[in-house]
Amino acid sequence: MAWVNAIIQGVLVGGLYALFACGLSLMFGVMKVVNLAHGDLAVVAGYLAIGIIAVINIPVLWSFVIVVPLMALLGYVLQRTILQGALDRSVLTTLMVTFGLSVVIENGLLQFFTANSRAIGTGLALVTGSFTLGSQIQIGYLPVVIFVVAVVVLLGLQYFLSRSKYGRLIRAVADDKEAAQLAGADYRHVFGIAAAIAFGTVALAGIAYGMYSQLSPTTGTDTILLFAFAAVVIGGLGSLWGTLLGGVVLGVAQQIGAQISISDEVLAGFIVFLAVLVLRPQGLISRGAQS
Amino acid sequence: MTVPGDGERPAGDAPLLEVRDLTVHHGQLRALDAISLQVLPGEVYAIIGANGAGKSTLLRTIAGLHHPTTGSILFDGQDVTGRRPERRAMQGIVMVPEGRRLFGSLSVQENLQVGATYARPGPWTIERVYEMFGWMQERRNQLTAQLSGGEQQTVAIGRALVANPRVLLLDELSLGLAPVVVQRIYGMLPQILETGLTVLLVEQDVSQALRVASRIQCLLEGKTTLEGRPADVTADQVEAAYFGLAGAAPAGRPGEGGEP
Amino acid sequence: MSLATKTTARPAEGFRVTRGRRNVAWTGLVALIVVVVLALFPYIVYSGTTAILVQAFIVLTLASMWNLLAGYAGLVSVGQQVFVGLGAYFVLIVAINGTSPFAALPVAVIGCGVAALPLWWLVSRLRSGYFAIATWVLAATVMLIIEKFSSIGGGTGMPLPGFAGMDPALLTAYTYWAGLAVTVVALATIYLLLRGRLGLVLTAVRDDEVAARSSGARVGLARMLVFVVAGAGCGAAGAVLAISQLQVQPAAVFSVQWTAEMAFATIIGGLGTIEGPIIGTAVFMVLQQTLASYNAWYLIILGLVAIFVALFARRGLWGLVDERINVRLFPVGYWLRVDEARPRRLARPRRG
Repeated sequence: MAWVNAIIQGVLVGGLYALFACGLSLMFGVMKVVNLAHGDLAVVAGYLAIGIIAVINIPVLWSFVIVVPLMALLGYVLQRTILQGALDRSVLTTLMVTFGLSVVIENGLLQFFTANSRAIGTGLALVTGSFTLGSQIQIGYLPVVIFVVAVVVLLGLQYFLSRSKYGRLIRAVADDKEAAQLAGADYRHVFGIAAAIAFGTVALAGIAYGMYSQLSPTTGTDTILLFAFAAVVIGGLGSLWGTLLGGVVLGVAQQIGAQISISDEVLAGFIVFLAVLVLRPQGLISRGAQS
Repeated sequence: MTVPGDGERPAGDAPLLEVRDLTVHHGQLRALDAISLQVLPGEVYAIIGANGAGKSTLLRTIAGLHHPTTGSILFDGQDVTGRRPERRAMQGIVMVPEGRRLFGSLSVQENLQVGATYARPGPWTIERVYEMFGWMQERRNQLTAQLSGGEQQTVAIGRALVANPRVLLLDELSLGLAPVVVQRIYGMLPQILETGLTVLLVEQDVSQALRVASRIQCLLEGKTTLEGRPADVTADQVEAAYFGLAGAAPAGRPGEGGEP
Repeated sequence: MSLATKTTARPAEGFRVTRGRRNVAWTGLVALIVVVVLALFPYIVYSGTTAILVQAFIVLTLASMWNLLAGYAGLVSVGQQVFVGLGAYFVLIVAINGTSPFAALPVAVIGCGVAALPLWWLVSRLRSGYFAIATWVLAATVMLIIEKFSSIGGGTGMPLPGFAGMDPALLTAYTYWAGLAVTVVALATIYLLLRGRLGLVLTAVRDDEVAARSSGARVGLARMLVFVVAGAGCGAAGAVLAISQLQVQPAAVFSVQWTAEMAFATIIGGLGTIEGPIIGTAVFMVLQQTLASYNAWYLIILGLVAIFVALFARRGLWGLVDERINVRLFPVGYWLRVDEARPRRLARPRRG
């Protein structure tokens, strides 16, 4: 029964991982940028939420409404200025710049907030409550809600990309940005939109993570970035459903590892990642382009 | 062989697109050397020349994908030399690039929709494109990466048309296509022209170009070697200009070398 | 008359291809003097200074290796800390089994070089961004695996045995000399490698990979060699780290902070030149020493400067110097001399 519990927990957290990962995947798919600061942005969003709640004293759920759009705007601005500048130079420059940003953000957070981890307290029955399936499986409400939110967001993103005008533009620019220019689209603007979406989704995921677990300055890289990347690789590039599957596989692998030994949780996930890298580098669901 | 400005065009007809002394470099290589041309409203102007002559570079520079070293590009009298490609497209200079360059992961319909995103007002709509190319409507949800070369070429043209351009730039339509297919595609030019478009095309297939163009210009190693109306030039002159044989007179020096 | 006809028409006069300008002999002499002076430091300066210098040696070695990877082979790795950690642990394992940690240095170097092979196999197919994160995941994975072995300290680490009863001053001196030796050997190795065929292949790939491949360059092999050398070099630095800290803790030796330090030092000093990391390390050490009491600030400032340099001064501090006075301390290129009087440089494509 513990195993069934583990698998369920793994699936649920997989939704969150997929939410972390979709922004990373989007930015890579559209701009060919691997944003090494991606995870740290989630942590920034979490700390922002904590800060705003502490200062203005609003209900926790309102923090989403403030922080997520703010981060999306930040994403657009950062993309149009620094990241575009780096992209214009070379891929190497973008990596170095995003790595630099990651280090600066982490150490900045360390400097101002100390290394202690924090959680976003909600006091809601939502967070602490749980329900039971059968006689032995206990599932917290929060993980289920987060999973549902993650799937809804992914669905929304999928719909946006496949049906809307900007979604089409994003896909067109990802295919051939020069041809898109010839059709009248300013690809820098489209890149900005993609970055805004990436920052927004990772912010959402970050705040959720802060409610579900704890945030510390190094969570961005230790946990979020590496897990998001693993989810993308396992699932395969180019498909949001692949990312969801990747997140779920990662989550389940981790929970199974935890059953074997508490300290093996993270390691199990990475080993599955390495196995996929070796055996099926294009991921479980691939749509052409390999990394 | 005629020289520009010696009275062959009706007075008072201002050029829609004009290129003045355009010099373009690829790194240290000079691809175009002080090229000039004028395209009048409603005409089909063809640029011919061998591989590497600079034809595509010229078109790409006019579209804005390449920066000239010196020289200028005027559209409807306005200097557009410094404008970004997307702005030129929105103002009416739309290119069908070499090799089609369709959005492979998008369907036929989606490609056209992207083309129409920043369209100017005008007669061309997606429906009209479907009318012109009969097969398209049925297969509009198919990914363009799965189409044949000729089908892709027509979708690419359609994508450019729905933007309602004033000048349509066609870069090497015939590349990689069977002659029959090429003829059929060029056969649609009249339909395109009757909606008031002007066409500037680049073509390696000389006979095709001579058939559809109202005026032609031949490039060799970045310089103009021949200009004029198809009716006024002989096959020998074209051949000489194309290959750079003795007897080809560079533009602007009438009567030097070669036989009339 | 074109250059080609000139050369074929009069082959014997007018043109020579040399490796460096006349000043190289002098630079070599100066370098030798510098090394000798540095070697004498334990006799001259306080142990506090030598400790700082050991830190500098570690960073310089790491930065040079990162430069080799990113600046010459185009491989941006943010997981080099895996070799720093492995190097430290090789020393620990050897020391536990009774040998002097100093004797473990070569073991660490060779061990890391060998370990680099399977790691390369895992990540070599990945390109740029994905290669970068994958190296990070590898580092995290290796650390987690090592933490499972309590015989070498588990998650908390353990002190490095083998120094019992050693005179502290002597220990400091030996540590210092170990650091100096590692740095000198590392720089010399890099210099000789880049001077030879490998350097030529890497520069060709850097300029135009497709052209390089079609000219027969074994690009994959070249990159693998670079990765192995960089692994061994970082391992050596890790070994010195273990010795200088007298203990090995996984979180410390496998920290991504090492990559941050080596990357920033290289970027600021100048990516793609051997001299760059030297300057970058100097800047880094100055910053670290002056801001030492302010914890994370030196990394924040270093990071911001590195971002600025990467965007606006791509060739770094050394690049700025190089543009003015045109000197190569470590000549790895070729010079075309036209008539003995005025040597002219082969055109280098302007980058970034």
